Amino acid sequence: MSEATAKTSETTGRTAPAPHAPVRNPVVEAAKESFMAGLLAAVLASFILGVKTVDTPTGLQLQYRWHWVLYAFTIVAVGRFFLRLFWWKANAALPKLVGNIGAGVARTTAPLGKWVGLALAITAFVLPFIPGIGRYELDIAILVLTYVLLGWGLNVVVGYAGLLDLGYVAFYAVGAYSYALLAKTFGLGFWTVLPLAGLLAALWGMILGFPVLRLRGDYLAIVTLAFGEIIRVVLLNWQEVTGGPDGITGIPRPTFFGLEFKRFGENTFHQFFGLEYSSMHRIVFLYFIILSLAMITFFVTNRLRRLPVGRAWEAMREGEIACRTLGINTTNTKLTAFAVGAFFGGLGGSFFATRQGFISPESFTFIESAIILAIVVLGGLGSQIGVAIAAIVMIGGFEVFRDLEEFRMLIFGLLMVVIMVWKPRGLVSSRMPTIFLGKERRAISADMVQEGQG
Amino acid sequence: MTEQATHPILQVENVSASYGHIQALHDITMDVQYGEIVTMIGANGAGKSTLMMTIFGHPRASSGRIIFDGWDITEEPTHHIARRGLSLVPEGRRIFPRMTVLENLQLGAELAPDSHFDDDLAFVYSLFPVLEKRQNQRAGTLSGGEQQMLAIGRALMGKPRFLMLDEPSLGLAPLLVKQVFDVLRELNEKHNMTIFLVEQNAFHALKLAHRGYVLVNGRITMSGTGEELLAKEEVRAAYLEGGI
Repeated sequence: MSEATAKTSETTGRTAPAPHAPVRNPVVEAAKESFMAGLLAAVLASFILGVKTVDTPTGLQLQYRWHWVLYAFTIVAVGRFFLRLFWWKANAALPKLVGNIGAGVARTTAPLGKWVGLALAITAFVLPFIPGIGRYELDIAILVLTYVLLGWGLNVVVGYAGLLDLGYVAFYAVGAYSYALLAKTFGLGFWTVLPLAGLLAALWGMILGFPVLRLRGDYLAIVTLAFGEIIRVVLLNWQEVTGGPDGITGIPRPTFFGLEFKRFGENTFHQFFGLEYSSMHRIVFLYFIILSLAMITFFVTNRLRRLPVGRAWEAMREGEIACRTLGINTTNTKLTAFAVGAFFGGLGGSFFATRQGFISPESFTFIESAIILAIVVLGGLGSQIGVAIAAIVMIGGFEVFRDLEEFRMLIFGLLMVVIMVWKPRGLVSSRMPTIFLGKERRAISADMVQEGQG
Repeated sequence: MTEQATHPILQVENVSASYGHIQALHDITMDVQYGEIVTMIGANGAGKSTLMMTIFGHPRASSGRIIFDGWDITEEPTHHIARRGLSLVPEGRRIFPRMTVLENLQLGAELAPDSHFDDDLAFVYSLFPVLEKRQNQRAGTLSGGEQQMLAIGRALMGKPRFLMLDEPSLGLAPLLVKQVFDVLRELNEKHNMTIFLVEQNAFHALKLAHRGYVLVNGRITMSGTGEELLAKEEVRAAYLEGGI
């Protein structure tokens, strides 16, 4: 950040030279700069804050509130002025202090990673039984866990194999529609279809994998983005099969060893166990389904990373040519990464379908891919515990700030900026090596050292 | 050279290769015998690295044949070629920077049976003791010389019969160059490893090698034993003047 500022101050110095004053006054410089920043903020704010649409009996009308623009100008200009004077100076004490605190926190929390993970897992298992946890909280928890599962799945592709995938939602959609269609057409149950949906998604992962075998980085990202959109558009237009924009309704709910979660009818859960009927039973059941699916994802992906295929993923991320000269088949490596990632996306999709009971292409837009990718990147590429924390913070945060309406996007953006400034490699930026010899067993920090050139 | 050096392990016959319209290799013919150290020297852009990578099928030879140990590998996929027992230490080392030293070595052992892992690791550590000290460290944090040692160690973990090195002296201090070349000599003399290396550092490479080739603009212009080439006026003028 200080570098960038140094550059801006240089450019302002050049564009506005002071011919007879070789020593520039820092206060004047800062004032000029903050005025410009405030002006920019005002221009942006005039559209976002200055105008509001209000619903009146005669239709939508514009309401002007220019004082908001003035606030925005003042906040940005004054804020920038002080930042410029006291914060962005070279070797300023404050940023250094923050940096030191950040590094200190990272150092002390690194060995805690395992304990944090364990604590999170235990909390997750007992959550439905904690007093005060109602339906609303459990619903959020289910949503968070869905994203944790999806994050862990995408982590295989993006974090381990280093393949930037912007179309992950496609596999989520394939899973959801697979379940909905198989269950409704053939009357198959959730537990039968779940693995099938995963496998179908994995198949689509491989189908996507073939054309992009030679692509990397930006090019790969664009093709995967297109793939996500293709799937959505097909779902939207293939009316006879997918129901088009109307989606699919009445998707069967999962059963507990054949017992249904209904108030009336035979073979219901509450009758069998002699309980009073409660709609919470079904929610708690769903919660444990997604929790077990997430746990399966965790253990499978974690285990795969230590197997030759996982080592090959990580090696491919680090250097493809070196991989091939070591005898690693990079074609298979890429395809397995896509397939495994897609498989878990499919599981997540199936769960989504059975939970909602209704799906339509609208649930599978690009923003879903972006959120899942953001969770993986913010969590720290390749770090499973980081992904879980990022999912809790992001999805949970989304819900907590629901009252703030559109402003939560602002908070969301701010959070992203803060994380990227302080922890540019994500919340958990160390990676645990898959093999150790000797006594020392520790995570390899990624942000304390400059990247070596391989 | 030993008695074995009577039949070739690698034969390159009239091989040409191009990047798009630009032809990088013209009709290269060369061979490496069992137990030999052979070097190919040439300036920047002469096609040395291209030759190495063409042997590995990346880019493919547009004409000619490449035969390794009796097998025609011209059309084989790169990872299959590696499985035949060729190992390449690529230019610029290309270690896996975010993985530990030990993980890098483990990835090199992908082709060797698991039961050999401990022995192979001990062998690599005996050649490069510094790697053992650094085994749980991120490979990207190693110095240039250590990274080169790691790249060689990684190549050896696959139990190759034929080791190819692309400019192992690149960017190394003279003392480290000597250390790396001493290890190569030891590998050849004590462990009978056949080695093919391309180098710009002509003096060291020709001193080490039994035979050498000179590559100029994608064509082989000279060949002979290391001493012969070192003695040649053209070689001295082109590659050795201006300090070694």
